[in-house]
Amino acid sequence: MREGRWMTITRQPNAIAGGVLILIMLFGAILGAVHTPYDPIAVDFFHRLTPPAPEHWLGTDEWGRDVLSRLLAGAVVSVGIAGVTALIATSLGALIGATAGFLGGWFDKVVIALMDALLAFPALIMALALVAIFSSSAFTPIIALSVAYLPSVVRVVRASVLVLRRSDFVDASMVMGNSRAITLLRHILPNTVAPVIVLATSLFGWALLAESALSFLGLGTPPPASSWGGMLSDSRNYFADAPWLAVAPGLALSLSLLGVNLFGDALRDLLDPRMQKP
Amino acid sequence: MTRYILTRVMLAIPTLLLALAAIFFLVRLIPGDPAQLMLGDVDDPAALARIRQELALDQPLPVQFGHWLLQLLRGDLGQSITLDSPVSDLLLPSFAVTASLVVPAVVVAALIAIPAGVVAGWKQNTRLDVAVMTLATLALSIPSFWLGLMFLLVFGVYLNLLPVVGYVSPLEDVWQGLSYLVLPVMSLALIEAGVLIRLVRASTIEVLGLDYIAHARAKGLTEAAVIVRHVLPNAMAPTWTMIGLTLGGLLGGAVVTETVFSLPGLGRLMVESVFARDYPVIQGCMVIVTVAYVSVNLLTEITYPIFSPGARDA
Repeated sequence: MREGRWMTITRQPNAIAGGVLILIMLFGAILGAVHTPYDPIAVDFFHRLTPPAPEHWLGTDEWGRDVLSRLLAGAVVSVGIAGVTALIATSLGALIGATAGFLGGWFDKVVIALMDALLAFPALIMALALVAIFSSSAFTPIIALSVAYLPSVVRVVRASVLVLRRSDFVDASMVMGNSRAITLLRHILPNTVAPVIVLATSLFGWALLAESALSFLGLGTPPPASSWGGMLSDSRNYFADAPWLAVAPGLALSLSLLGVNLFGDALRDLLDPRMQKP
Repeated sequence: MTRYILTRVMLAIPTLLLALAAIFFLVRLIPGDPAQLMLGDVDDPAALARIRQELALDQPLPVQFGHWLLQLLRGDLGQSITLDSPVSDLLLPSFAVTASLVVPAVVVAALIAIPAGVVAGWKQNTRLDVAVMTLATLALSIPSFWLGLMFLLVFGVYLNLLPVVGYVSPLEDVWQGLSYLVLPVMSLALIEAGVLIRLVRASTIEVLGLDYIAHARAKGLTEAAVIVRHVLPNAMAPTWTMIGLTLGGLLGGAVVTETVFSLPGLGRLMVESVFARDYPVIQGCMVIVTVAYVSVNLLTEITYPIFSPGARDA
């Protein structure tokens, strides 16, 4: 059955396109961490704002820095922050949501009230506030965005635990004398994996977008380290003369998000029976 | 109906209070004397003592919070550190700018998404459906700020059709004001339309599969009548909720679009206050964003039974 399902995902052109785009993004991020054609922060005043050419595939910026190298180095930061954020929000949210749904009672009520209150802050506003308090570093957006995305994970996991709690295998585990913690960790949590994976994919996309937005505002990754949002922000000063500066990072970001969205949709069709096409 | 509305309002109050408490305590998390923080880098013992009294710092924390809430109700959000003006005087005009960007954007997005989504769902799995869905997925994958930049490049720099950056209130000069808003509104609207189209399509498909649609068709209603009279109103219920969530989120979340187009909106004000460490203004921005979000969602929930009469009794 499982393999059959994977066969269907590999036959969908959208899923394949999404997967390829994600692989390119990951490859770019790994390459950016290992090797870039030029030093991404090396200034070269003799080659300022050169258009795309064989020596500089994507041209150079106002400091003569190679745009392709900066794009690759930026991928490490952007993809890394988004990945860690999705990981933290998902695991913490799953733990909180599962505990709340399983225990019920006052704990559940408090958690739900807190999550509703958190939802009242748009993710970016929350991140801005935390940057104001802790000043900007790579960690601030990770913490801020993880907190901002927590409620969506908590809600999804809690909802599926509420359903699972009443199922026979949970009763069986308790009758066998397993503690509530063991039952929760070993029997309930594994069954919430499917919706959580679908959500984690979306979270990764949201975090990638939000991190770029923060860097665009000048409140994310501090310069001279490159980030896609920061590159877009800098490009505005040389808009008319060097449009390639604005096109390259935007395309990289859009194609990555497109890949995440396409692949996420395919995963949802595959893993979430409720959304499955008839 | 009155009871339904009252329940919704009562449910929104604890959420709002908790969110306001979070804002209050967030600023208290910053190390140092809160009064000095609110005053900025100024050595003025008299002003410090005045602020200390305004914040009721000699009282226990819950009393301070209550005191702060009472001042909020009176519209007193403190004094800006850097801009020499009461915070409330800064917030209102900024909020008006953001609303003049976000409300038309959401309206345009809905006007695009509802017909496109219904048609795509109705003609499910046809070429038209695939084309609409591909465009929608493309649209929602493009960051609004990049789309904004590309719009500026094409319409502002190359074609020279529209003003590139700045803001003129449409209340002062209608045409000029609108010309400054066209590009930012469109760059937000197209992306939100991408999200909405997918939702409208999914709800349309779900409604089309229900028994009463088969019944309506069996009665001999034309396909157009079935769609307009039976499918559309029912598919609107989840869409309406999503429109509310989008509007509520954008009132605070249009920061980046405001930055791209240099619009003096709420998000821009907050970013500038973060740079300036102007804590009273940051706090004020968060309050107004939260209140706006909770109120818009409350309004959406209250009006929800128009589309789904069953929800009223639930």
